[in-house]
Amino acid sequence: MAVERGAFRVGHDQVSTDPIDGVQERSNTFSLRRDESRLASHRARRHFEESAVLWVLRAAALVSVLATIGIVAVLVSQSIGFFQEEICVLNEGEPIKPCEPGVNGTLTHVGIWDFLTGTKWSPLFKPYREVGQSFGVLPLVAGTFLVAAVAGVVSLGLGIGAAIFLSEYAPENVRRVIKPILEVLAGIPTVVYGYFALLTIGPALRFVIGDDNLGTFSALSAGLVMGIMIMPMVTTLSEDAMISVPRSLRDAAYALGATRFEVATKVVVPAALSGIVSSFILAVSRAVGETMIVYLAAGGRPNLTINPLEAVQAMTAFIVNVALGDTPHGEIEYYTIFVVGLLLFLITLVMNILGRWVVQRFRQEYE
Amino acid sequence: MALQSQSSARKTYRLARDNVFAALFASSVIAGVLVLAWLLIEVFIDSFGWLDWQFLSSYSSRHPDQAGVLAPIAGTFWVIILTAVMTVPVGIATAIYLEEFAPANRVTRLIQLNISNLAGVPSVVYGLLGLAIFVQYLFDGQRSLLAGALTLSLLVMPIVIIASQEAIRAVPPSYRDAAYAMGATRWQVVKMVVLPQAIPSMMSGIILAMSRAIGETAPILVVSSLVFITYVPTTPFDRFTVLPLQIVTWVSQPQDDFRHIAAAAIVILLVMLLTMNAAAIYIRAKFQRRAEY
Repeated sequence: MAVERGAFRVGHDQVSTDPIDGVQERSNTFSLRRDESRLASHRARRHFEESAVLWVLRAAALVSVLATIGIVAVLVSQSIGFFQEEICVLNEGEPIKPCEPGVNGTLTHVGIWDFLTGTKWSPLFKPYREVGQSFGVLPLVAGTFLVAAVAGVVSLGLGIGAAIFLSEYAPENVRRVIKPILEVLAGIPTVVYGYFALLTIGPALRFVIGDDNLGTFSALSAGLVMGIMIMPMVTTLSEDAMISVPRSLRDAAYALGATRFEVATKVVVPAALSGIVSSFILAVSRAVGETMIVYLAAGGRPNLTINPLEAVQAMTAFIVNVALGDTPHGEIEYYTIFVVGLLLFLITLVMNILGRWVVQRFRQEYE
Repeated sequence: MALQSQSSARKTYRLARDNVFAALFASSVIAGVLVLAWLLIEVFIDSFGWLDWQFLSSYSSRHPDQAGVLAPIAGTFWVIILTAVMTVPVGIATAIYLEEFAPANRVTRLIQLNISNLAGVPSVVYGLLGLAIFVQYLFDGQRSLLAGALTLSLLVMPIVIIASQEAIRAVPPSYRDAAYAMGATRWQVVKMVVLPQAIPSMMSGIILAMSRAIGETAPILVVSSLVFITYVPTTPFDRFTVLPLQIVTWVSQPQDDFRHIAAAAIVILLVMLLTMNAAAIYIRAKFQRRAEY
C-alpha cells in the first residue's frame, strides 16, 4: 500500500512539472512564448495552492496530537500538584481532634506508594477533614474492577455465545436482522443505562434476592447493566474474528463428521481466539472507563470489598462526584480528581494496547 | 455389535449436545434483544402521560408536574451545532492529510496510533481536560457552552477522523489514477475526485459521531456541573445544561414523580438519536446504490 502510494507521487510530480496544459496551443508559434509565461504563472499558482493546502492539513492533523499532549500534560501537572500539597497527619497516640501542625500533628506529603497501596480513601472528610483525610486509592480501584468483573462475566458469556450463534448457526437473513438490533444496544446513551440499572434492574434484583441482601446501590446491578452495554462490542469484534476463519477449515471438520458445536468449539473458536480475547480486553477497558452507570447505580461511598452485593464507588464516579461539588480550584481535594484520572487513563491505555497487541501477536494467518 | 451400539449412543449424545448448545447460543442473542426490549418498554411506560407540550415548553422546576425540558433541549442543540462546526472541518482535514498527503513514515504511523488511542480514552478524562484547560485556563472559571462544545469536539474528533478515513479509502484508486494521469495535482485530485465521492459516506459517519456527542454525559457533567437553568442560552458564553444532565438530575431525585419526567426526557433523547441514526442509514443506503456501477 505504502509503496504503491509513493510510486504515484513520483509519477504525478513529473506530470505536474510538464506543461501539459499548453499542448493544444503548441501549433500556434506566435503565441507560444506568451503561453509559456502564462503557464509558468499558472504553475506557480498551483504550486502555491498545493503547499498552502498541505500546511492547512498538517495543522489539522496536529490538533489530535495536541489533544493527547493536552490530556497527558493536564493529568500529570495536576497530579504533581497533588503530591506536592501538604497535609496534616495526627501524631501517634493523639486523640482524634482537628489536626494542628506542631501541636498534635505533622505536615507531610502524600507519597506515591501510599496513594497506590493505601486502603482508605476519604479525601473530602469535612468539616474535620484534617482528622480523617486519607488518600489510599485502592478502594476506588477495587470498586471499578468489581463492577467491571461483573460486566466482564456477563459480556463474555452472552457476547461470545451470540458471536458463535451469528457466525456458525444463524442463516444470513437472521444475521442481517439481529446484528443491527444488537448494535442499537451499543448506541444507547450510558445515562439511560444508569436509569435502567438504578430504577429497574436494582429493584428487580432486590425482589429476587431480598431487600436485606441488596441495597439501592450495588456493584451487581451496575455490573449487570454494564455487561449488557458492552456485550455488542464483544459480539461484533469476536464475530469478525470468527467470520475470517477460512471456510475450508470448517469444511474439513464437517467432512470428518463433526457437529456444528464441535466445529465451533474445536475449530473456529481456537482459530479466532486472539480476536476473541482482544475483544474481551477492549470491552472490559470500556467498562473500566464508563461513568454514568457506576455514578448512578453503584453507589457513592469508597468501599474495599469483593462482594458484588455491596455498594462501591468507582474511580469515574468519584471524579464526577467531586467535579459536581464546589471544591475550590487549587485545593488538594481538587487535585485528587486529576490524580485518579491519571490512574484511570493509564489503566485503560495499558488495556487498549494489550488488546491490540494480542491480535497482532497471536493472529493465525491462513493461506 | 457392542461397539456399534456404543458408537450410536455416542452419536446420539453428540447430536443432543449440538442441539442443546445451539439453543444456548441462540438464547444469548435473545437475552440481549430481550433486555433491549425491556429497557425500551420500561422507559415508555414510565414516561406515559408525562410527555406533553407543557413538558417540552417549560423550564426545570422543583415540582415534577410543572417541570420541562426547554433549557436542556436548547442546550443540546447549541452544543451539537458548535461541536459539529469545530469538529467536522478539522476531522475531515486530518483524514485527508493521513490518507492522501502524509508520507508513509514513522511520524504518520505515530499520528495514526495516537488517534486510535484517543478513541479509547475514557470520556470522563476529556471532561478533566476541558475543566482544566477550557474552563479554568481559557475562560477563567466560566462554565460556558463553548467550553462544553470544545471538550465534546475533542472527544468525537477521533471518531470523525476514522469514519472519514474509511470513506476516503473506499474511493477506488483507479479514479485517482485517472485524475493524476490527466496532470491533476494532489489537491486537485482530492478536491475534484476523492471528496465528491467520499462525502456521502463521511456524512453518515459524522452524523453517528454527533449522535454519540448528544448522549455523552460524563464530560459535560465535569465541565458544566449540574445547574438549575431557567433560560435559553443566547450566546456561546452562557451557562448551559443538556438533556443527559437533566436526566441525571431527575434520576437522582428520590421522589417517584421525577422518575417519570426522567423517562420522558429519555424518550426525547432516544427520538433525537433515532432520527440521526435513520438519517445516517438513509444517506449511506443512497450512497451505496450510486457506487454500485
